Amino acid sequence: MANKYVTDEARKQIGKVSEPRTYEVERGAIRRFAEAIEDPNPLFNSERDARKTRFGAMIAPPTFCRSMGAPIPNIKLDMPTFRGLDGGSDWEYFVPIRAGDRITVQSKLVDLREAAGRLGPMVFTVVETTYTNQFGEVCVIQRSTGIRY
Amino acid sequence: MAKQIYFEDVEVGAEVVPLEKNPTTQQLVRYAGASGDFYQIHYDKDFALGNGLPGVILHGALKNAFLGHLMTDFAGEHGWLRKLGVQYRGMDQPGARVVARGKVSKKYTEGGHHMVDCEIWLENAKGEKTTPGSATVILPSRAAS
Repeated sequence: MANKYVTDEARKQIGKVSEPRTYEVERGAIRRFAEAIEDPNPLFNSERDARKTRFGAMIAPPTFCRSMGAPIPNIKLDMPTFRGLDGGSDWEYFVPIRAGDRITVQSKLVDLREAAGRLGPMVFTVVETTYTNQFGEVCVIQRSTGIRY
Repeated sequence: MAKQIYFEDVEVGAEVVPLEKNPTTQQLVRYAGASGDFYQIHYDKDFALGNGLPGVILHGALKNAFLGHLMTDFAGEHGWLRKLGVQYRGMDQPGARVVARGKVSKKYTEGGHHMVDCEIWLENAKGEKTTPGSATVILPSRAAS
């Protein structure tokens, strides 16, 4: 059966990237994020303790990247009204993000597909977001699935 | 810092020390501020009800953060959380306790690293897994020091 929304034309958008954005990682922002999720780990809360570790500085908790508002590539679909759901995320961590780092965030549409759901066709968008530090090292890659129905 | 776990200490099937969380509406507001996610279903009850929800609900990303907390505690200061995956299957509301849990599913050596895979999930008071997922950590080895 042919897709209603995710046509061959729509799928040509796979690979589309967003504008990059650069954020300075502030120590206070890391601590506020750790406090909000109630994670008392000294690596995320105490400069004094974190400096004594192999990291040499306070580091960001795994999902801190959420606060660096990744712009999402503008996806065009002939879907006049829809509701959106966050399906989930897959994260890969390569290099720690330290307080004081400047992180460049860029996202890319890596998949666009359609499936039949209970309420009609559902569209799945997979966006891959890359977080790169000021030395050009990829710190984190996040793949998030959005659902439109 | 908590006591460090080593690769040799881990057995397949072993439970990750569970992490209990008691999210409140205040925590949702703090998380909205800290993360920049200001979607009203997470702090405006009328808005949430108007959207067919039973009331305000936890941010999926906050539940993701709870599971991240579970795994960075497990990895310890000398370990490293290498992968974290979560799927949002069910809603959770503030005022209800949730428990982040995990179980070791595999241990192996790859590229000189000592790796441990875990099945992880967030469980509500009824014992339902509202947020299943998986994680991979690199642990220090007692041998390779």
